[in-house]
Amino acid sequence: MSEFLLTVNDLKIHFPIFRGLFLRKTGSVYAVDGVTFAIRPGETLGLVGESGCGKTTVGRGILRLYRPTSGQVVFKNRDISILPRKEFRQVRRNLQMIFQDPFESLNSRHTVGNILEEPFLIHRIGSARERRERVRELLARVGIQQQAVEQFPHEFSGGQRQRIGIARAIALNPELVVCDEPVSALDVSIQSQILNLLLELQQEMNLTYLFIAHDLAVVKHLSDHTAVMYLGKIVEYADADALYERPLHPYTRALISAIPIPDPMTRGKRIILSGEIPSPIHPPPGCRFHTRCPIAIERCYHEEPMLEAMTGAKDQGGHLAACHRAGEYTD
Amino acid sequence: METDVILSVEGLVASFDTEAGRIRAVDDVGFRVRKGKTLGIVGESGCGKSVTALSIMRLLPKPSGVIEEGAVRLEDMDLLTLAREEMYHVRGKRIAMIFQEPMTALNPVHKIGKQMDEVFRIHFPEMANGQIREQTLSLFDRVGIADPGRRIHEYPHQISGGMRQRVMIAMALAGKPDVLIADEPTTALDVTIQAQILDLIRNLQDETGMAVIFITHDLGVIAQVCDDVVVMYAGKIAEKAGVQDLFHHPAHPYTKGLLLSIPRLDGPRKKKLNVISGMVPSLYELPQGCRFENRCPYAMAVCKSAYPKATRMNQGHTVCCYLYPRGH
Repeated sequence: MSEFLLTVNDLKIHFPIFRGLFLRKTGSVYAVDGVTFAIRPGETLGLVGESGCGKTTVGRGILRLYRPTSGQVVFKNRDISILPRKEFRQVRRNLQMIFQDPFESLNSRHTVGNILEEPFLIHRIGSARERRERVRELLARVGIQQQAVEQFPHEFSGGQRQRIGIARAIALNPELVVCDEPVSALDVSIQSQILNLLLELQQEMNLTYLFIAHDLAVVKHLSDHTAVMYLGKIVEYADADALYERPLHPYTRALISAIPIPDPMTRGKRIILSGEIPSPIHPPPGCRFHTRCPIAIERCYHEEPMLEAMTGAKDQGGHLAACHRAGEYTD
Repeated sequence: METDVILSVEGLVASFDTEAGRIRAVDDVGFRVRKGKTLGIVGESGCGKSVTALSIMRLLPKPSGVIEEGAVRLEDMDLLTLAREEMYHVRGKRIAMIFQEPMTALNPVHKIGKQMDEVFRIHFPEMANGQIREQTLSLFDRVGIADPGRRIHEYPHQISGGMRQRVMIAMALAGKPDVLIADEPTTALDVTIQAQILDLIRNLQDETGMAVIFITHDLGVIAQVCDDVVVMYAGKIAEKAGVQDLFHHPAHPYTKGLLLSIPRLDGPRKKKLNVISGMVPSLYELPQGCRFENRCPYAMAVCKSAYPKATRMNQGHTVCCYLYPRGH
């Protein structure tokens, strides 16, 4: 038995592009292009990157909301990416998801009671009375008043709706929860309430999180390990503290440096990357970051760097980076 | 009026007529913007920061939005008393504005070069066509649009969000405004692009000496770009201060709570964050007293009586809170 709850192995998710009268396949969007990581039970892996880097697609690929093009998703020693539908459904109750937009992820025509009861109905759990009791417990746990059972999602604020989304995700006592930007649509004073709730639930229920977000400070606060994605690939992986204290990849350095810190004393030198993220339809050859990299050399233009251990061992949570000049960039 | 103040807002009250009655989105808001400096307005959704900006431009949606009271002075001219035609010479020319989502602010069916030309044509009707194109190209170049000769032939949907925001900034700068109002200009952008745009605004400000009103919910952005800060909560000003004072000596319990609730890169992991419990009151059911009272850890009996008047802490730092008795 592996020490990891979830292992993602060389995952690729490509979306075909069809064009023209006969809808011929003319290319692909290489949204996720060879991603490998593992998460231990009870831990949080933070997956961070800018829009279009493929972080959301990874999360959805794990839950088979998108079909992986290749690679394995091993959950409790079984490759769930190739499980027959029926068997996957049994596993699926252990894998849940919290979405970014609690406006769109809750059915606006169902009462909160119905929304929270649905997971039990789908998996045929409990009698009607037990289900109602369980819904009441869930509401109490996430801090929503009991009369919510009769109310509709639009009657709640963004923060409350996210609490309802969390209640639905934890209803069946899952082991792994994929949190996809769960706080980025919320106001600052509400964000911290939701982050605290996620931390409490993790401790109480021994949840394992894949926490996907673009905000590095939020990701660092919740994670044990952090992986940084750029254009469909992981460019750096490390213990969350190590990643911020000793970033080895120039992209990670620039990303950290670009965060506006809420302290006016820290104004001054920032690494400002030029240019923008290239299209995932035509990713650059060699290192995908070379078009924006401040320290790119000839080799970076044609030879793709592998994700390799810089300190520690590759599969034992060492510090990994995919860069020919890892660690060489110091302002 | 003090000589270094370019724009001042005094006692502004802005309301909206809704089916459920009239609501006050902005209530007795006042502040001064210094020449060449950046004033930040920070607050959460619904606090009235954008309505304040739209009121300055007299762009509140009609007929529901009304400015009930107050003055907006640009140097010695009260913008709220100007005739509609006179306001045309202020908007874009003296005060320009950029928005969060540049896609909705640009016309999708015209090439960006043409849209830029039009701005020059409005502000400088005497300019010849050839001269206008020249200006467009040079301004695009100044805001960091690479290869402007090719870009002018593109439509807004063909360029990225960061590039669109650069086009918006170029349009705002065309009239050489004294004041630029930036309403969440980087909220929809990625951090590395946000850093580019913040850097651009700062450099242009150094070059032109314009004042900037920067509206955002992000205290990090405020700390990085502003000189003076106004903190708004539920339509009211909670605190006003210089940026160093605000971050190092915050006075209002709301400001303190906000600063403590942000996760920090150098903070401990997996520790419980400080929380401001509860929610912002609805504008339909505003309390009579302090609007933060229901969430405030220091609330006292007096806080329910009336909204607290401003107490002066020191030069340029005022707070509306009963914890700080007036005249102390």
